[in-house]
Amino acid sequence: MENLDVLVVDDEPGIRSGVTRILRNFSVSYPFMDDDIQFNVIEAATGEEALTIINNKPPAIILLDNKLPGIQGVEVLEYINNNQLDILVMMITSYASLDLAVKATNIGAYDFVPKPFTPQELKASMENITKHFFLRRMTKKLHKEGKIIRFKFLTVLSHELKSPLNAIEGYLKLMQEKQSGDNIDDYQEMIDRSLSRIKTMRNLIMDLLDLTKIDSGKRKRDLREVDLELIAQSAIDGMTPLAVQRDVKLNLDVEKQQPFMADAEEMEIIFNNLISNAVKYNKDGGTVNISIRTTSDEVIVKIEDTGFGIEMEDIPKLFQEFSRIKNATTRNISGTGLGLSIVKRLVDLYNGKMEVESTPNQGTTFIIYFPILPSLSEITGLA
Amino acid sequence: MPTNSSKTILIVDDDIDYLFQLKLQVAKFGFNVVVAESQKEAENLLLSFKPDLAILDLMMENDDSGFILCYKMKRKYPDVPIIIATAVAAETGMTFGISTEQERKWIRADLYLEKGIRPDQLHKEILKLLKL
Repeated sequence: MENLDVLVVDDEPGIRSGVTRILRNFSVSYPFMDDDIQFNVIEAATGEEALTIINNKPPAIILLDNKLPGIQGVEVLEYINNNQLDILVMMITSYASLDLAVKATNIGAYDFVPKPFTPQELKASMENITKHFFLRRMTKKLHKEGKIIRFKFLTVLSHELKSPLNAIEGYLKLMQEKQSGDNIDDYQEMIDRSLSRIKTMRNLIMDLLDLTKIDSGKRKRDLREVDLELIAQSAIDGMTPLAVQRDVKLNLDVEKQQPFMADAEEMEIIFNNLISNAVKYNKDGGTVNISIRTTSDEVIVKIEDTGFGIEMEDIPKLFQEFSRIKNATTRNISGTGLGLSIVKRLVDLYNGKMEVESTPNQGTTFIIYFPILPSLSEITGLA
Repeated sequence: MPTNSSKTILIVDDDIDYLFQLKLQVAKFGFNVVVAESQKEAENLLLSFKPDLAILDLMMENDDSGFILCYKMKRKYPDVPIIIATAVAAETGMTFGISTEQERKWIRADLYLEKGIRPDQLHKEILKLLKL
């Protein structure tokens, strides 16, 4: 049960006690709210009294008569507007002053209720204004959260993009000033480092594009029967040059049972990211075992490496954007810090589940469970 | 009047390229340079070593590693000037200058610098902080 404070401002005691009585046992509920909403009525006989109450503890809603002995209702309304208070105002007006009510709504009152009103009319108005109150509160909250997340993302993004630029620029300046003499060979290391930073930056941009596509929801998803073995094999082929160089063996073990509906491009991103991680964070001479199993209701993808492993404390950070686990073993491995957060988002699209098991210095295993979506023929019953 | 070469500057940055370049630059000014690649590594060094000045990267293991290192260092060596360097630019609207009194009490860096500052400017700032 949620309680909203309602301030009724009217110089007629009968109206005030009437509102209190009508709203005492009244509650409203909305499909988007978990709780029913009740009202706690506070009374004020004058505009001055109302302002004191507003300043002490602003109510959610004010029922405001315009004709008051001292300052007028409209002045109270102006005060609320000028101070940008989060209060919804409903004017109580006699039929004779409807034009005033219209004017009041023009300067910020949410609605008006003509008096005398029946209990039913008041209740209907309250239901309306309360709904508006909660919708507005939710919108504000979402807006604020979205903003903060975006802000943090941009801050980190600018850091991730500017760091390589600074590094490359620094090396170019060292070369321009011939800091290591006239022999180009003495700059080889700086050139290699610059190229490596450029590569990371390019990967970051590619990852960002993936992320934007998932985020916007605009990318057309093409769900059809996919051959995960083929996709896994092509991801393995892509990593083979590095694997050969590092003497890492890649094994693929597929047990086929039933067709799996998915978007091929999304599956490629998932396999590419996980397999490339398993090779990059492996030890020389290590192994990567990839297995795909199908049960009656899910596809289980397991990618197991014999690499550096991840410290327990670092596991929660794994799926955060831009979080790279930085330590002595990972510092020379280039990564964008976006790969796993992209994988996680994609797995979420399939209502899948992702597990990580890791033992430092022994290896890490990622397991993904994809629920099998019924195929079109199963849904329609057509063979 | 002490000469530059008797002063030691600690540089902490997890970007190995930036660390390499800054070390080269600061060494060229004539200072001794000690480097660390993480907050942890720096903390270990500081157990047994007191630099004359420190240049800390802001975002290392975490977004605020530089602040935390700065805080710890100031507690141990309140008299050592600290420069916090960051690649996060003003264009994101994020300012790492100290804006509230509370932050001022907490983070007591002596100077904030954006990475990419010209060497001669950096040199001037260091000399100023070392009162040379």
